Amino acid sequence: MKAPDFDYLRPSSLDAALAMLAEHDGEAMPLAGGQSLMPMMNFRVAAPEALIDLADLTELRGITVDAGTVRIGAMTRYAELMSDATVQAHIPLIGMALPHIAHDAVRNRGTIGGSLALADPAAEMPALMLALDASIEVTGPDATRMIKADDFFLGMFETALDGELITAIHVPVATPAQRFGFHELTQRHGDYALAGVAIAQTDDSYRAAFFGVADRATRVPELEAALKRQDDMKVVLTYLDQIDFTDDLKANHTTRQRLAGVALTRTLKGMTA
Amino acid sequence: MSRSIDIKLRVNGENVSATVPARLNLVDFLREELCLTGSHVGCEHGVCGACTLTVDGDTVRGCLMLAAQANGKEITTIEGLADSGQSTALQAAFTKRNALQCGFCTPGMLASALGYVNAGGAADRDAIRQHISGNYCRCTGYQSIVDAICDVIEETRT
Ligand SMILES: Cc1cc2nc3c(=O)[nH]c(=O)nc-3n(C[C@H](O)[C@H](O)[C@H](O)COP(=O)(O)OP(=O)(O)OC[C@H]3O[C@@H](n4cnc5c(N)ncnc54)[C@H](O)[C@@H]3O)c2cc1C
Ligand code: FES
Ligand code: FES
Repeated sequence: MKAPDFDYLRPSSLDAALAMLAEHDGEAMPLAGGQSLMPMMNFRVAAPEALIDLADLTELRGITVDAGTVRIGAMTRYAELMSDATVQAHIPLIGMALPHIAHDAVRNRGTIGGSLALADPAAEMPALMLALDASIEVTGPDATRMIKADDFFLGMFETALDGELITAIHVPVATPAQRFGFHELTQRHGDYALAGVAIAQTDDSYRAAFFGVADRATRVPELEAALKRQDDMKVVLTYLDQIDFTDDLKANHTTRQRLAGVALTRTLKGMTA
Repeated sequence: MSRSIDIKLRVNGENVSATVPARLNLVDFLREELCLTGSHVGCEHGVCGACTLTVDGDTVRGCLMLAAQANGKEITTIEGLADSGQSTALQAAFTKRNALQCGFCTPGMLASALGYVNAGGAADRDAIRQHISGNYCRCTGYQSIVDAICDVIEETRT
């Protein structure tokens, strides 16, 4: 199907984009890579009155390191993340996950900001941000605020954004005390995961974020505590019961729980190897 | 009115100016306005890869980009890849290996394959399969497509 008609707006600054967003009062949507928004419009599940193309906002571009934090502009494409030396050196988890996100042609346009704003429960990026304890920088008409990844994802396709744009993502630089792991199970390479997990281990503490399993990317504090205590894996896996696993055409909740366990076990093995 | 947009772009090396409706996809613009029907349209939601073409040298989905977003860009379709000789070796290998039957997926498959070859991809069957996993072929079973891509890599690097 084709998208319904809309106005195409192309602001040249962040301020202009925010003013357009406010002026349309919820009826306009920002357009980043369009790799989710265009399919949604072609399916007619999204029918905004106007699209505000963020392509010319230089404020949303660039990757810089300052005081132990990497700042990634929201409009940074997956392909740029993959080839960026700063990201490779300081955020190894991103390099582990990116080959699993979609395909070349989609990664050449899809952006990190678009993925986080969308908050698809099966997407990799939200889980990565949870594992990495990242912060999302968002800007509205009046102010810029920083939202912890833990407080950003509120449900299926639901975030803490309130008439705001994501301007950047702030990720702590990896330290020698850290190790990272990633694994996902899909029906086909590049598909959304049936279950997956991203892990950041700092000394003996773990942040383990599951995706594809529930209505949003999810950490389970009791499971992370069990990993820290070095409980037997059988015990660790019992804490997966705390996730409200999704039932859909691809897999029911029992299958998903099993797959989440497999992903976790494989990830941990990979980390200790 | 922002529902029709003036664009200027280059398509297969030629300058093009047009006024397009905001909702027009790039691939529909190329097919219907410029009569470049080599890029195909399958799913219109990014899954099948039939519309794959290159924008500023990067492969993209022609159905997931608006014509309006192509303003100022350099677009190369399969017609351009073929005319300039960039896809000649791959086309010959596809023919030799029977890597197409109905041909619906072929333009997108060639664009994706070329992306892989140009990026210095190895003649490794698993890696090739991974790379073309975003392009559906309902005829060949992929085996012969992987063979053809391997052939080209082995020929050009020996
Ligand atoms: C075939 C295919 C396979 C895919 N497979 C995967 C996969 O395996 N894993 C995965 O995670 N994703 C996958 N995707 C989706 C892809 O990752 C999208 O690119 C991504 O989800 C959205 O990024 P985008 O830049 O394209 O955003 P868009 O599609 O442009 O926008 C997405 C949403 O975010 C909003 N938005 C965008 N930028 C901002 C901003 N800066 N501030 C506020 N709101 C904003 C938009 O209004 C829209 O609601 C796939 C897509 C396709 C077509
Ligand atoms: S038509 Fe574009 S991916 Fe199927
Ligand atoms: S040759 Fe028919 S779809 Fe690939």
